This record gives sequence, C-alpha cells and structure tokens, in this order.
Amino acid sequence: MSPNQVVHSPLDQTPRARRTLRIIGIAAVVSTAFTVWLGLWVTPPDQVQGNLVRLVYIHPGVAWVALYLAFGLAAVSSLLYLWPRTRSLFWDRLAAAAVEVGVVFNACTLISGSIWGKPTWGVWWAWDARLTSTAVLLVLFLGYLALRRVPAEPDVRAKRSAFVALFASVDVPIVHFSVLWWKTLHQGATVLNPNLSPTIHGSMAWTLLLGFVALTLVFVWMLLVRYRIGALEDWLGRGELNVALLERQAEGGHLPVVASELVGAESVVEATPECEPEPVPEGVTR
Amino acid sequence: MWRDTVLVAGKDLRIEARSRVGMSQVAPFGVVALVLFAFALGPDRTTMAKGAPGLFWVAVLFCTVLAVQRSVSVESVDGARDGLRLSGLDPAGLFLGKAAAVAAQLVVLEVVLGVGVVLLFGAKVTVPWLIVVSSVLGTIGLAATGTLYGALSAGLRVRETLLPFLFLPIAAPVLLAGTRVWQAALVGGTPSDGSQWLRLLLVFDAIYVALGVVVYGPIQESA
Amino acid sequence: MALPNPSTPAVSFQNAVALSGRFPLLAGVDLEVAPGEAVLIEGPNGAGKTSLLRVCAGLVSLASGQVSVFGLDPAHQRNQVRRRIGMLSHASHLYDDLTVRENVRFGVRAAGAALDRVGPACDRLGLVGRLLRTPASKLSAGQRRRVALAILAARWPDLWLLDEPHAGLDASTRQTLDELVGEARASGVTVLLASHESEVVESLATRAVTVIGGRVTAERVLLGPQTRSGVGPSPLATPMLPTGVPGSLGVPATPVASGSSAASSAPKESAVHVA
Repeated sequence: MSPNQVVHSPLDQTPRARRTLRIIGIAAVVSTAFTVWLGLWVTPPDQVQGNLVRLVYIHPGVAWVALYLAFGLAAVSSLLYLWPRTRSLFWDRLAAAAVEVGVVFNACTLISGSIWGKPTWGVWWAWDARLTSTAVLLVLFLGYLALRRVPAEPDVRAKRSAFVALFASVDVPIVHFSVLWWKTLHQGATVLNPNLSPTIHGSMAWTLLLGFVALTLVFVWMLLVRYRIGALEDWLGRGELNVALLERQAEGGHLPVVASELVGAESVVEATPECEPEPVPEGVTR
Repeated sequence: MWRDTVLVAGKDLRIEARSRVGMSQVAPFGVVALVLFAFALGPDRTTMAKGAPGLFWVAVLFCTVLAVQRSVSVESVDGARDGLRLSGLDPAGLFLGKAAAVAAQLVVLEVVLGVGVVLLFGAKVTVPWLIVVSSVLGTIGLAATGTLYGALSAGLRVRETLLPFLFLPIAAPVLLAGTRVWQAALVGGTPSDGSQWLRLLLVFDAIYVALGVVVYGPIQESA
Repeated sequence: MALPNPSTPAVSFQNAVALSGRFPLLAGVDLEVAPGEAVLIEGPNGAGKTSLLRVCAGLVSLASGQVSVFGLDPAHQRNQVRRRIGMLSHASHLYDDLTVRENVRFGVRAAGAALDRVGPACDRLGLVGRLLRTPASKLSAGQRRRVALAILAARWPDLWLLDEPHAGLDASTRQTLDELVGEARASGVTVLLASHESEVVESLATRAVTVIGGRVTAERVLLGPQTRSGVGPSPLATPMLPTGVPGSLGVPATPVASGSSAASSAPKESAVHVA
C-alpha cells in the first residue's frame, strides 16, 4: 500500500459503467413498454380465460425472477461470502440487494397470482406446493431483511445474514416437497390446477418471452442500483472510521499515521475493480 | 466433542432442574395454549379431534421458542457467553449439548401436551409407536434449528421478537410432517402414510444437525 | 502444559488495529512479551487495555496487523489458544443457578483441565463450607471475582490475562491474588495485567507498558515483586504449583515466598517497538 495510491470512492464512475447501467435501464423501460403494448392491445384474448390471460405475461415472469433469479443469486452470494477463499463484502452486499429486490418481486408474484386465481379458481389463495413455498420464501426473505436492520459491524452482519440465507435456502426445497406430498397424498382434494398457463402460441408466445426478458432487465437494473447504494453506505462508514482512527490516535498525543495505511483504504481500492461504480440516479437520496 | 456435549447438556439441565423454568412456566404455557385452541375451535368434538394433531404441534412449536429463548438467556447473564467462548469448548460439542438439553425439555413437554390433547380433545390413538417416533424425530429437528437460530440472535437486544419470526418458518416442515404422522396414527388414518412423513423428518433432522455442527462455531464468534 | 519455547514470544502484537463497529479499540499496537514475563498494561480508562487482553483471547479479531499467542493466531486457532490461556475479566462468567462448587467444576472441565486442583484452589480463596453450596446469584461482586479466580487457579493455564484484578477484592483476597501471581511467574506462566491503578499492582510485574489512545506509547522497567515487610504466604495456604510442571526456564518448582528470588532476577530481555 504505497502512500501515493489514490483512494477511489464509489462515486467515481468509469464511463463504461455509467453507460452500461444507462443502457440496461433504457432497455428495461423499452421492453416493458413493448410488453405492455403487446400484452394489452395486440395479442388476442384467450377462449377460456378471456382477457384475464393477459396476466400470463407478468406472473410467470415475476415468479421466475423472484424465486430463481433473486433468491438463487442471494443463496449463491451468501455461500461465496461464507467460503473463506472468496470472502468479500461484495458478495454480502450483492446478496442483500438481491433479497431486497427479490422481496418486491415475490410480493408481486403472490399478488398477481391471487388476482388471476380469484376469477379462475374462485379463491384468493390455495394451499398447493408452489403457492405455499412462495409464501414461505417471502417470510424467510423478510426475516433476512429484519435481521439486517439490526445495527452491527459490517462483517458481523454479513456473516449473520449469510447464515440465515443458507438456512433458508435449505428449508425452501424441504417445504416445497413436503407440501407436494401433502397434496398428492390426498387425491381429489384439489381441482385447482397450479399450472395456470393456457396453451400458448403465436404472438402470445413471443409476448410471453418478451415479458420474461423485460422483467429480468428490470431486476438487473434495480439490483445494480441497490448494490451501489449499499456500497456507498459502506464507503461513507469507512470514511467515518478513518476519522475516528485519527482522533483515537491523537488521544495519545502522537502524529497520525499516513492516511493510506489506515484501515479501509485497502478495501475501498479493492472495491473499485470488482464492482463498477455506478452513477447515482437522480432522485435517489441516502 | 462428545465429552463437551455431555458437559454442556449436563450444565444446562442442571440449571433447568434448579430454576424449574421449564416446569413452572413453559409447560403451563403449553397447556394454556391448548385450552385456548379448544375455545377457538368450538365445542364440537369431531372438529376438535380432527384438529388435535395440528394443534399439538403448534403448541410444541411455541414451547420450543420459549425453551430456546431460555437456553440462550442462561448465557447472557454475567457475560457467560464470553466465558463459554473463552473456555475453548469445542463449538460442535457446545451446539449438540445445548440442543440436547432443549430436546430433553421438549420431550417432557410433549408428553404433557400429548396427554392433554388426548384428554381434552378426544383424539383416539391407534398406532402409538408412530406418535412416539414422530415426537422424537420432530423434537430433534426443532431443538437443532432452535439452537442454531438462538445462537444467531443471541447477542441482539431484539432477540425476543426476532427469534420467533426467524425460527418458525424454518420449523414449518416439522409441523407439517408431525401433524400428518399424528393424523395417520389416529382412528381413521392410514399408518403407511405416516412412515413416509417420518422419513421427511429424518432428512430434516440430518440436514440441520449436520449444518449446526459445522456452522455453530463461526456463528458463535460473530455474535 | 507444553514447555514454552524460550525463543518464541508468548504474546506478540504488530501494528494491531482492532475495531468495534466504527470505533477503533486498538489503533496500532506493537508489543512483545516473552514467556514467563509479567507485564503491567497501564493507562487511563478507555485507552484500550481491556481490548488488548481480549484480542489475546481471540474475543476480538484484528482489522489489520498481526497478533500471535504462543505462536498461534487467536482468531484462527481459537480453541488451541484458549485452552492455554485464562482470563479474569470484569464479568465473572458464572451461572446464577449453579452453586460455587458447580461453577468452578464446570469452568475447569470446560477448559479440559483436571479436577484435582479444584479443592485446593477453593480452599486457598476462602471458598469453603456453606459458601461452596451457595448459588452464584447470591454472591457479592467480590465473591464472584473470587470464584473466577478460583477457576483460574485450578486451571493454571500458561498465560494469565488479568483485567483490573484488584477491583472489588478485599485486602486478604488481594494478597492471595498477589501470591498466586507470584507463584505463577515462578512456574513459568506469562502474566498480562491491565490496570489503571498502577501503584497497587506494580509490585507484581517486571515491566510496564503504557497504552493510550489504542497504542503503546511508553514502557518502563519495574523492580518486580517486593517482599512486603516480612509477609509471605500464610502458613495454611497450599502452594498452587501444579505437580509435574517441568521447572521451565530453570526456576525450581518449590513453594516460593512471593518476592525474594523473583526480585533478584534481572528484568527479561525483550524487544519492544514503541510507536
């Protein structure tokens, strides 16, 4: 760590990073708009479900994002954080961002599914394997976020959250299978077909695919922004820490150590190549 | 590791024997819960008999939360948790010991609650061994996950409210499986279904006990 | 207990920085303690004395810099380090519902030590008769400290970390503590004492380092234990030297009148980096 090394903050933006985020954002908006237009106006209504079928362009998409993309990313990131060789607060921040965005998508999944279910099945909710495990997943996500709110040192909080994510990801398949058994052991209890998709072809199929792509782009954009907010918070915290170190040393009446040797400088510099600093979008406040 | 397990379990159980929190507070709470369930389900005995298995396990789950809270709070007085860390006890042994102590208390509670359910709710048991095995397996799973989450939330001031919220969703499969086994063991149930659910409980136990043995040490250090 | 290797420092800090959240407990500590030394760590409240001891015990991990205890890393080789050290801290780590005797026995067994010294240790610290059967919740603060000290004495680890050891103790217990520290030193145990009451504990150590603002700022040599006007260990006290400890560092394992022989030994050579 040479004294000449410049300490970057996540506020510094490489032009490439800024452009990438902007492109993703624009692509997300455009594809979503296109999906909406196609979904609401261009594609025909279904013979059986009528206009209600238009929810197929959203519901499986948000479900895919919430359950597999967000949650899978959170689980993998947490594991990578816990593994000593790859331990880095980058994974912790990524996991936290993924969970937070995932909660939103998860809630959308349940709400859109409910809206679709009421006219189709006659009930707002059904206790089948998929719905139940989605609901349990939401509760586990919320528990993760609640635990993160507890004030703690960054690495303590990271470790704790990572363990919760680990336990949760082990539990969800168990819940899924147990509810699946539960329902199949009682044949005849369900007339509800959890698979809501009607046979899809032609323009509907393309719109469905576009919907998936659009929602994935929205997720990625939100994830990157949320990550950057987390990185900025941590960076601010480290700045406070360096000030505190200087003050502490001054207690002893000694000259403070050169800035580059202070704790945190190293990890901030490390952070720059790992995670491209993204620009703070307008309207985002700390 | 096993020596430490026995030492820690013995210590926790001795404390319990002295303070009698489990007997004087947790068990009565369980019974009160059963009584409240009876009020909630109404006087119709067939409804109550049908609901008995599930309510038994819900009561057990709530009692587990209390037992785990107590297990954690034993160490939060006078910095005893630091003391445990300082002593160089094998963390795996510490985990197994504390979980074993919680499990022992739960078994006693389940006997009390089981008797209560049979008497108060009119459940008629035809295959008792299913009940016993499911209780043993379920207890192991609850004790292991409870101890894990207790350790995760040990140092937090908001532990009392956070622990139930974190722990109960994880315990949901035990509730589900345990209830199904009980239902299979009652009059009108199919016992063969029961053994399938027992297998689920076994898998659950194996996973979380193994996890606990491995991660309890790091959790303890970060709390 | 392993024979300490005289060339490996018992405790070694190199530019150690330890954090609690955003607050720096230690802001760059350099310190070396040779095996068998008794070092007094002095400084005002909040200077980082307790944190220094806690880092040795692996309770606090470093944000940067290095620390080693008997050549091991307290953060990564935790259990190996912890079985060889004993700490007397502000809290006594006792279980309220267990009796004094049960607490001592648990403390000793948890550390993997033998139970044979429990009896003599309790006797030495005046934990006898009905007191042994009293639950820890009924003890006064000073009595709790005595119990913690009894556990330490029964275990007799290689490194003693004493945080404000005299606080809350009455005069006779203080004297017993001083005697124990003297015997420990004589048997080759390394002792780190943290205290802001330097005058009281000076006689126990051979070297004093001053910690202010989380760094070691000064060091001085002390005269070491003095025989205090003819007062030696009381005739009833059994010396706490464990049988079978090899006379490490050539000090004969005989009951030591805390003072005479130790005072005459030269202050130990050690390298200290003063910031």
